[in-house]
Amino acid sequence: MTDPILSVRDLSIAYKTGRKESVTAVSGIDLDLYERQSLALVGESGCGKTTLGLGLLRLLPGLGEITSGSLTYRLKDGSTADLLKMKPEQLRRFRWAEAAMVFQGAMNAFNPVIKIVDHFADTLRDHSDGKRKWTKAAVEARAGELLETVRLDPDRVLQSYPHELSGGMKQRALIALAIALDPQVLVLDEPTTALDLLTQRSIVQQLHELRKKFGFTMVFITHDLGLAAELADRVATMYAGRIIETGSARDIFYEPKHPYTAGLINAVMPVKGLRPQLESIPGYPPSLKAMPSGCAFHPRCAFATDACKNERIDLDLLTERPLGMSHTAACLHHDQVRFERKCTDTSAARPASIVESETADV
Amino acid sequence: MTAVEAPAAKPRRTFRESTLGQIWTGLTRSPAGFAGTVLVLAIVGFSFIGPLVVDQDNPTDTSMIWTAPSGEHWLGTQYEGKDTFTILVNSGAEPIWVGGMAATMAVIVAVVLGSIAGYFRGRIDALLLQLTDVTVTIPQFLLMIAVVAFFEDIPPWGVAIVVGSTMWAFLFRSIRAQVMSLKEREFVEAAKLQHLGTMRIVFREILPNMAGFIFVNFVIAVNQAIYAIVGLYVLGLMPSGTPNWGLMIHLSWQNNFFLLPVAMPYVLAPLLMIVLFTIGLVTMGRGLDQALNPRLRDR
Amino acid sequence: MSETPLLKLSGLEQVFDTRKGPVAAVGGVDLEVKAGKVLCLVGESGCGKTTTARAAAGITRPTSGAVEFRGKPLTAMNAAERTEYRRSVQYIHQDPYAALNPTRTVYSTLTAGLKRHGLVKGRTEARAKAAELLRLVDLTPPESYLDAYPHQLSGGQRQRVNVARSLAMDPKLLICDESTSMLDVSIRVSLLNTLGRLRDELDVGFLFITHDLAVAKYFAWDGEIAVMYLGKVVEHGPTPEVIGNPQHPYTKALIGAVCEPDPDLAKANRSAEQLRSAEIPSLHDLPAGCAFHPRCPAFEPGVCDGERPLLQLAERRNVACHVVARDRRRAAAPDDRTLTFDAVPGSRRPEPESAI
Repeated sequence: MTDPILSVRDLSIAYKTGRKESVTAVSGIDLDLYERQSLALVGESGCGKTTLGLGLLRLLPGLGEITSGSLTYRLKDGSTADLLKMKPEQLRRFRWAEAAMVFQGAMNAFNPVIKIVDHFADTLRDHSDGKRKWTKAAVEARAGELLETVRLDPDRVLQSYPHELSGGMKQRALIALAIALDPQVLVLDEPTTALDLLTQRSIVQQLHELRKKFGFTMVFITHDLGLAAELADRVATMYAGRIIETGSARDIFYEPKHPYTAGLINAVMPVKGLRPQLESIPGYPPSLKAMPSGCAFHPRCAFATDACKNERIDLDLLTERPLGMSHTAACLHHDQVRFERKCTDTSAARPASIVESETADV
Repeated sequence: MTAVEAPAAKPRRTFRESTLGQIWTGLTRSPAGFAGTVLVLAIVGFSFIGPLVVDQDNPTDTSMIWTAPSGEHWLGTQYEGKDTFTILVNSGAEPIWVGGMAATMAVIVAVVLGSIAGYFRGRIDALLLQLTDVTVTIPQFLLMIAVVAFFEDIPPWGVAIVVGSTMWAFLFRSIRAQVMSLKEREFVEAAKLQHLGTMRIVFREILPNMAGFIFVNFVIAVNQAIYAIVGLYVLGLMPSGTPNWGLMIHLSWQNNFFLLPVAMPYVLAPLLMIVLFTIGLVTMGRGLDQALNPRLRDR
Repeated sequence: MSETPLLKLSGLEQVFDTRKGPVAAVGGVDLEVKAGKVLCLVGESGCGKTTTARAAAGITRPTSGAVEFRGKPLTAMNAAERTEYRRSVQYIHQDPYAALNPTRTVYSTLTAGLKRHGLVKGRTEARAKAAELLRLVDLTPPESYLDAYPHQLSGGQRQRVNVARSLAMDPKLLICDESTSMLDVSIRVSLLNTLGRLRDELDVGFLFITHDLAVAKYFAWDGEIAVMYLGKVVEHGPTPEVIGNPQHPYTKALIGAVCEPDPDLAKANRSAEQLRSAEIPSLHDLPAGCAFHPRCPAFEPGVCDGERPLLQLAERRNVACHVVARDRRRAAAPDDRTLTFDAVPGSRRPEPESAI
């Protein structure tokens, strides 16, 4: 199907900071998500990526509020619905059955005094369409099946309390819980943060397998660009509450056209290959309360001109592709941004042992 | 590569950022906190400045017993024909300053001992803990009654000591608990690694982090102390020298003035003062808590 | 090796008493840090790297083994030497916010130690010294930071203040415990660059604790890396060797597990061999023999689960692995067939053209 499964138009989200004051955390988001795609929302802390992720399911905390825009989902039965117009009862059914969320910090996402099996029971009973009766046996059967798909031993895990599981096991159980009602869209907020490296790797592997098996559409929020390269077909970079560049993973990682994206990728330290000279982006991200005019990145940008300071800069289409894979960047000077693969120019400094081992490998 | 740092927020330690400034901001920001502060200040002003303004000449006048409120006598007159309003003006100072003194003593003792016990633990901690166990188990009010009855003609500062010594134990325990948790914090470890000296670490690194908690507890302690003192007067256990709220209530109670409709202003006035002062202190305490709690502060 | 190392840990053991019985968080670690050099301790949570660092900083007393500063064991130091050690070895915490007293300004935080030790006289001198420290950590202009409170600073700025505070003591060795892990990528690079400058210009030695191999590689390229697993060092050698050509299966797995910001490399990595178990064994119940054997893709029954492997020289670094040691012995014997061992094929780099 060529209709997007989720269509976001001009979405803005604000947080109340006082009785009459509020700050805009996310603004002007346009996004089309197609079936079976995997989109990474990347950016540094405070860029609004988590807010946007929560907003996609209307799960914002009490002080957050969607101030404008629309969120249109194509439901399982083929009809479309605007999430922002749903009543609480519809919304409850929608979450989990149509779209589910895996929250940041698996450690705290489970209620510590409720057994894993009861978490499944609560979810299945609360969010299913009511046609199926979730008896104790039915819950255990379904939960067991789900846990097995994430390579957990149901006999051991089902009757455990959350604190009896390791971080990696909890994260797996959380993912199993999220796909309990076979949602079409899965939003994951920092799915591997705070996990150890090897555990992180096994979760990544797991997500690959689950996607292949269930074919859900995935949005994941991360500050870890490596994870984005690993899991995403599409990447959207966020800065100061806006999407400033979108494209396929290859567009973003090999030919970033927004100076911020380029700077971000340039700051990531690679493990494989040689040690590059890395440069940081000068300065610090702006505060939501004091957003620079025009392009919010201009005070830190080497390419900034007066034009950047005056007007809001919208996403510019660079390479058009179907199904939302187009490369777009919100930069007036995108043609000047050249991103060099950093390992190439230091080859002279290669220690002999590395050269040896590489040639041996190739 | 040198990072070009964004200039930090306006430097200068402004009034807003000083501790007193924060207290003031917190007190005035929320309407409730502001109202509480105004109420407390009004009653304190009434009780301490009032006596200097109001004509102190208030003779016994048998022809004026129990008159109704009038332009001349705002709250009428009492059983001796004296002006009730003048008595009320003079009645607040003693409970307030004795209460304040008792609370100050209790808080200082609790903070010093609590910090030492919580930071050093060990034998001194065990000893102090035993002491508080004993203090907490003895019914405070009975202890006060016993002590006050034993020392007849006890001066007000003596009352403050008695009241204060029964109140420190509870606060000691919470201060101790806070110090025990704060001393595990990384900034304390960082201070130790700089060899800053134990006393400095306890009183200059740890203590300021409890300023809000201590202030709030001080306010609560003042309230409790005033209750205790007024209670002692009401029971007639204190020398009936200077007029005060407790004495007024004591007289009303002992002589059944509350059965006399015309005596209502005299009966109700001290009760109303105590109730208003309590409400003021409690709302002020809540405002302070918000002002000094760092997590709530920068909202 | 004539130069006396700044810091020397020998046979360091740290046993904690827990409800389930004693637990050896660190089980015999030997390490050295030299002036102006970096030693990176790498490992997953619970491997004992932080415990090692805290013992090295003198925050905790090791159960056995020795911590030596400039050749003198801590336990044999007199008061003056201990003060000298305290000032020379500074510790930088992970959480930049928790390590700063929220009620003190940057100026007050930076100068508390200086004033206490009589290193500055008067307010003017103290402010000048504090400003100088801020300039050292690239917080310029210092005047706009001196009177700020921690909550007014960003995470990166706070961590710089923490570094500046430790520099006030004119340290010879900085022990950084995951000091960059809570910072955003671009901020992290700039802080590491600053620390690298301190190392080169002030000749400060570093004991750098991190779970992030990329950070270890970036910061310790000219130094050494020691990989820890369940309280023991399993591989230790020059950084380019350990990262570029890992020998221990655990190091290989760690390097293979890193998510690189490169979609093609990631795709190549997807076929990577999985560990036999994702769960780290509990310190209460360590596996017999090599502690890694229940998870190790190179596990061989009878070889790995017998006795504990010792650190042995192999390929210009020390490795504690029975299989590596056995293969080296075989390679040394001319008629024996050589086993090449590559547990994580994904750690190879793909062909260059696909990467561009």
